Amino acid sequence: MTLLQVEGLGKSYESETQVLKNVNFEVKTGEFVSIIGPSGAGKSTLLRCINRMVEINEGRVLFNNLDVGTLKKKELRKLRTDIGMVFQHYNLVPRLTVIENVLHGRFGYKTTMQGILGRFTEEEKEHAFFLLQKLGIEDHAYKRCDQLSGGQQQRVGICRALIQDPKLILCDEPIASLDPNSSKVIMDHLKSITTEMGITCLVNLHQVEVAQDYSDRIIGLKQGEIVFDGMGRLLREEQINHIYGTELRELITV
Amino acid sequence: METTETIKTIDTAYIKRTKNGRINIRSGNKIDLVIKWTIFMLTVLSIMAFFFFDYTGLQLVRAITETAYNLRVMFLEPTLNHFSWGEAFHQIGITVGLGVLATIIGGIIALFLSFMAAENLSKPWISKTVRVVVAFIRAVPTVLWVLIFAIAAGLGSEAAILGMLFHSIAYLVKAFSEAFEEVDPGILEAMRATGSNWWHIVTHGVLPSTFTYLLSWTFLRFEINFGVAVAMGAAAGAGGIGFELFMASGFYFDLREVGFITYAILIIAIVLEVISTRLKDRFFPSSVSN
Amino acid sequence: MNDKKMRQSRWIPMISLIIIIVITYASATITEFNFIEGLATIPQALSWIVANLFITQESLEKLPTILVKLNETIFMSIAATTLAAVVSLFLGLMGSKTTKVNNVFSVIARFIASFSRNIPVVAWSLILLISFGQNSITGFLALFVGTLGFLTRAFIESIDEASVSSVEALRATGANYFHIVNKAVIPQSLPQMLSWILFMIETNIRSATLVGILTGTGIGYVFDLYYKTLNYNAVALVTFTIVIAVIVIDLISNRIRKVIL
Repeated sequence: MTLLQVEGLGKSYESETQVLKNVNFEVKTGEFVSIIGPSGAGKSTLLRCINRMVEINEGRVLFNNLDVGTLKKKELRKLRTDIGMVFQHYNLVPRLTVIENVLHGRFGYKTTMQGILGRFTEEEKEHAFFLLQKLGIEDHAYKRCDQLSGGQQQRVGICRALIQDPKLILCDEPIASLDPNSSKVIMDHLKSITTEMGITCLVNLHQVEVAQDYSDRIIGLKQGEIVFDGMGRLLREEQINHIYGTELRELITV
Repeated sequence: METTETIKTIDTAYIKRTKNGRINIRSGNKIDLVIKWTIFMLTVLSIMAFFFFDYTGLQLVRAITETAYNLRVMFLEPTLNHFSWGEAFHQIGITVGLGVLATIIGGIIALFLSFMAAENLSKPWISKTVRVVVAFIRAVPTVLWVLIFAIAAGLGSEAAILGMLFHSIAYLVKAFSEAFEEVDPGILEAMRATGSNWWHIVTHGVLPSTFTYLLSWTFLRFEINFGVAVAMGAAAGAGGIGFELFMASGFYFDLREVGFITYAILIIAIVLEVISTRLKDRFFPSSVSN
Repeated sequence: MNDKKMRQSRWIPMISLIIIIVITYASATITEFNFIEGLATIPQALSWIVANLFITQESLEKLPTILVKLNETIFMSIAATTLAAVVSLFLGLMGSKTTKVNNVFSVIARFIASFSRNIPVVAWSLILLISFGQNSITGFLALFVGTLGFLTRAFIESIDEASVSSVEALRATGANYFHIVNKAVIPQSLPQMLSWILFMIETNIRSATLVGILTGTGIGYVFDLYYKTLNYNAVALVTFTIVIAVIVIDLISNRIRKVIL
């Protein structure tokens, strides 16, 4: 079943520079898809067009048969509860506890009053602990987030996305700020989200090897255009060189 | 939720519960407690304040409508009645001049004191002493310094500037010495290793690398000193545009002239603020200055 | 290129120095300030201070009156700061880039802040004095308006600094504006804001003295009274109590700051 359809998507911030040009692809439910490409290729913008964190200029994004671009404010909030997001810099509230940060993922389901009073049901809290346990950080639940390491913070970020009960998780460079060990832990968790929980993942990545190891499918983006779309093992050396530019590639994989 | 089944397998050892059995999500640490208490105390003290106030002759409704009317007259019909444009510029010049002199003289004195206050350039006991003295000086309001100097030294720009110097020095010593303390210790070590003496280190190592900071801080202080100079004119007879403001409102009750003077002050203050914001963005991008 | 830059940076201090000297000279001329005379008055002033500004038994009898007024001043600055902080919080949220509702409100908030900040407290107290008369409310309002402008700017900075990234994350979860402000922005920037509030209370006690002299209220009024009646021993006592009050409040705020920041 098709979960996400991107049709002729175009985006430019100022009229001069076209960040995305006629981007077309589909993602099926339960797929693990990586988007690779050099910095400035438009990966982050592409991801943010899907949950409309940035406005769409041209084309359409269909999520679960909803046209994302035309949604009203309320409907957009509803849509965003179905799409979790994981960030490069984790984007947690550093002064709050881990468990509070995880529960932030439930705000999309709350009315203003419930949210302001901080009312979470016992079920939600227990579910939060369950997720923390699943990601192996339940013993840090009452610590402030700024006391955790980068890898631990990213796991909190993943919990926050999971507690939304999403159909799709967008990951914007989830391992770009992490060391190799933590990167592996995070990628393993993301992969298991798709295989065990059946949640679709769309991941922006810098590292081609990581993308090939983990994903069912790779989309290569260069200067706002899709230049590759297919299974990871079909991605050949020349194509990688084409995406990154020959000299740059060596720098990136080191 | 499909996970309701699996919830039962949670290891509950890590879950903290409140007395009524609900799961706690706050850490309940000391920081939250202090923040809550501070806010609570401030609220209580603010409410108490209204019982301590002196309400002599206050007619609130009348005062508010009158002030609204006054403000309208002031800001919509500003004119000059008791002095000419030329005189206005002269008075503004005096106020700016007071600010400049207090800042520059203060800056020079502060430069020397901050060498003594900076921990990496001075002995601990000297830097402690300077800091204590500076803290004391800061605690006395500027207007009191000016008034005290006015009787001690006679009225005139000397008293105003000397009085204003105190806070300028205190402020700049703090800013300068912190700038010095941030100089890379490696530079100082390298210079010491070559056998340079204290003066060499200061003039060739510390000053060149902090010069632009010092200038920006001095300018930030000038922005403050302009406001102080206006205040001293009004409250301590130091002359300048502040004194004219005091005369216009307190003696002539001429709202239109008050409006004109206020505009003049506002324009200069905004220009100074714009410049100092630029300086701040350029030289201290992330630090908050106070 | 590098060489040129080097030469340029050598000239900057020289040019600055010349400009500073010119400006200083111009300022001295217009204010009729005489450096030599100014220098000469320092020892004179110091000896006057030593000879006249000391606290005597007699002046200590005035202590109760002084303390009542000091009390009024301290409460006035706390109340003015706290109330201004509440309003500033709203203006700050409107004015900040991360939390603004729309551009119109943002501009209005920044305009109010700039207007109230850049008109000195003296001007506000003189304007308010005309219709509010000689009482605490005049001083309170003058401090309130000045504080409002300052705190709004400080709060905008604190909010922008603290919360850009978490605001994005919460928006992506489908949280609405009030959730985001209440659960991400405020918890994160509150300590910094409190620190500014404490700083402002201390500053306002000093400004309250000035405002008091102009509006005839609080500790400023007593100071002015003794000053004009040449009762210098009492002047010394008033100054001393202000110093103690400011230092005590400074110590308390530093304690609080150390814990929360």
